[in-house]
Amino acid sequence: MPLASYAVVLSAILFGLGALGFVFKRNIITIFMSIELMLNAVNLSFVAFSRMRHLLEGQVFVFFVIVVASAEAAVGMAIIMQVARNRQSLNIERIDLLKL
Amino acid sequence: MGVLDNAWIIPALPLAGAAVNGFFGRRFDQKTVSAVAVGSTTLAFLATLTLVWEFTRLAPAQIPYIRSFFPWIVAGSFHVDFALQVDQLTVVMLLVVTGVGWLIHIYSVGYMAHEGGYYRFFSYLNLFMFFMLVLVLGANYALLFVGWEGVGLCSYLLIGFFFLKKSATDAGKKAFIVNRVGDFGFMLGLFLIFRTFGTLDIHTVLARVEALPVETEWIGTLTAIALFLFVGAAGKSAQVPLYVWLPDAMEGPTPVSALIHAATMVTAGVYMVARSSTIYAHAPLAMKTVAVVGCFTAFFAATIGLVQTDIKKVLAYSTVSQLGYMFLACGVGAFSAGIFHLMTHAFFKALLFLAAGSVIHAMGGEQDILRMGGLRGPIRATFLTMFAATLAIAGIPGFSGFFSKDEILWQASSSPYGGWALWLAAVVTALLTAFYMFRLIFLTFFGAPRYDEHHVHVHESPRSMLIPLIVLAVLSVGGGWMGASRFDHFLQPVFAHAEELRAQLPHGAAQGLEIPLMLVAIGGAGMGIFTAWWFFLGRPEAADEMAAKLAGARSLLLHKYYVDEIYDAVIVHPIEWISTNILWKTVDVAMIDGTVNGVGSLARDLGQEARQVQSGNGRTYASWLVAGAVAIAILFLWLEH
Repeated sequence: MPLASYAVVLSAILFGLGALGFVFKRNIITIFMSIELMLNAVNLSFVAFSRMRHLLEGQVFVFFVIVVASAEAAVGMAIIMQVARNRQSLNIERIDLLKL
Repeated sequence: MGVLDNAWIIPALPLAGAAVNGFFGRRFDQKTVSAVAVGSTTLAFLATLTLVWEFTRLAPAQIPYIRSFFPWIVAGSFHVDFALQVDQLTVVMLLVVTGVGWLIHIYSVGYMAHEGGYYRFFSYLNLFMFFMLVLVLGANYALLFVGWEGVGLCSYLLIGFFFLKKSATDAGKKAFIVNRVGDFGFMLGLFLIFRTFGTLDIHTVLARVEALPVETEWIGTLTAIALFLFVGAAGKSAQVPLYVWLPDAMEGPTPVSALIHAATMVTAGVYMVARSSTIYAHAPLAMKTVAVVGCFTAFFAATIGLVQTDIKKVLAYSTVSQLGYMFLACGVGAFSAGIFHLMTHAFFKALLFLAAGSVIHAMGGEQDILRMGGLRGPIRATFLTMFAATLAIAGIPGFSGFFSKDEILWQASSSPYGGWALWLAAVVTALLTAFYMFRLIFLTFFGAPRYDEHHVHVHESPRSMLIPLIVLAVLSVGGGWMGASRFDHFLQPVFAHAEELRAQLPHGAAQGLEIPLMLVAIGGAGMGIFTAWWFFLGRPEAADEMAAKLAGARSLLLHKYYVDEIYDAVIVHPIEWISTNILWKTVDVAMIDGTVNGVGSLARDLGQEARQVQSGNGRTYASWLVAGAVAIAILFLWLEH
């Protein structure tokens, strides 16, 4: 089994863990981290396929994902900060009014 | 630059008066309102006199004198001008409308002095004059129709003048709706005229009709046009079966009744038929219909008049009856006799109504003649003038009504279109007319007072009411002395073609019997008067015996042949039922409202279900997101294979 295959399998496991965390965790920060985990799992598979097929586009794409993820992290963390201040809580089940 | 060239000034004056009083009258005091209303009609009357004077100097070739002021409706081949025409018929109508209308305005100043809505009343009255003047001056059927609808509107406004009284507003609506039925026929007539001749210009249409053959053997377009127009005339001029609005129209103030019955409105139908005489002359079947309907109406309304006890109702039915005479005259081809009767009737019927108003005024609002009596002494001037009008309407020789009615009776028997049956019915009607009019006089002015003398302070009316009465009395007595033949000669150019066609037909039954027939008619009138005297003054108990003996017939007449009830049962109730159960409850509520509400509630119900998804719970959204992603992934994998 080539090296890339291990990487893809690892990527799938990481993505699955991220998805499970995304659905089942209650702490918003944890959910946010789960999203990051899924993004990075995808990044890993991009890199693996890039190496397997000897194409550079996959690696370029990874940079795009990293840029978007960092922007998303900045906005997301700001929102979470506001929620935490207003609610004194980070439990997602208590934030269901669709407003601050 | 005389009035003849600017004939629009005549209708414009009352219109201006109506506008000034209508818009600003609320802030004026009564004197200003009367000055505006009476002033504008006085000027209109003077303008009419000037116009007549100019008219007499025209050469025969210049008549009809048509002036077009501006194009009014232009749409493709349809072209209607705002054009006014003046001929002999217009002149007669103008004099009647402005003259009698003017007197009624003066009278109203006194009569309405203590009523609310003074300015509103005079504004409507002036507007009524305006529309009637447009009607008689219009040179095309479209303009005639404007006046036609306008007088209908004004009659509605004035009959329902006391709008806090339900019976008055109901009567106003009834007048309007019944007139709509007639207008429907009139409009069909207009459409047919336009379709056939491509124009609505009266002079052009009549000239083209002259070139067409007479529809003796068959029923063609002209017969249809004539019959449709007559439906309109029957509505406006209160003929059977559309007369029902007129007696109810008594709910309006008395001067309005006088205006509607004498100078305006009801004469419109007769005028229109006379104006279209050429069309009728080409349609013998329509002529026969007009004659029979007119004759029947005259008789029918006279019988109802026999037992009415409301002073204005008696006069209302007599108007219906007299209008029947006018149509009878038109129907036997004696159009000028019809117009002659229209004119004399305008004098004596306006007088009768105004005098009746004076009686009601004197009695403090009482209208029931059974609760009057002996008024001859206290209100002498009113009595004398009303008596003169009664002699005129009864057809006593020497009074105006005699000349016109006698001419109609003579024409009914001698005309090629006439016959003994029409004549006989007309003579019996003359007898009935004399009877019920003298019954009215005897019950009101003679005998012992039947009212409470301690409560009712009988007083003569103010001078502004008496002067019109006296002027009209003079006209009622002398208005017929010019004689039917001279009047006929004056109007001859208008009805020339109809007369020509009539002259070609074989003569009617009654040649050379003019004097004997006249004596029979006078005898009939005399008998009617004598019977009235016998029943109501000579032996009053005889009237009661008679009433007891003929209880069935009397109750039939008191209920006006149950015509209103029949109309209610046959027309009004079915329409109400259909409107309520089908149009309202089925079509409107179930179908239209159902569809609209159904769309709304469907959207709401769907939303109610769909909004459950938007729980606001972040984990639910996350689950959906993942489920969606998995579903898409499975779909792609499945599509791969």
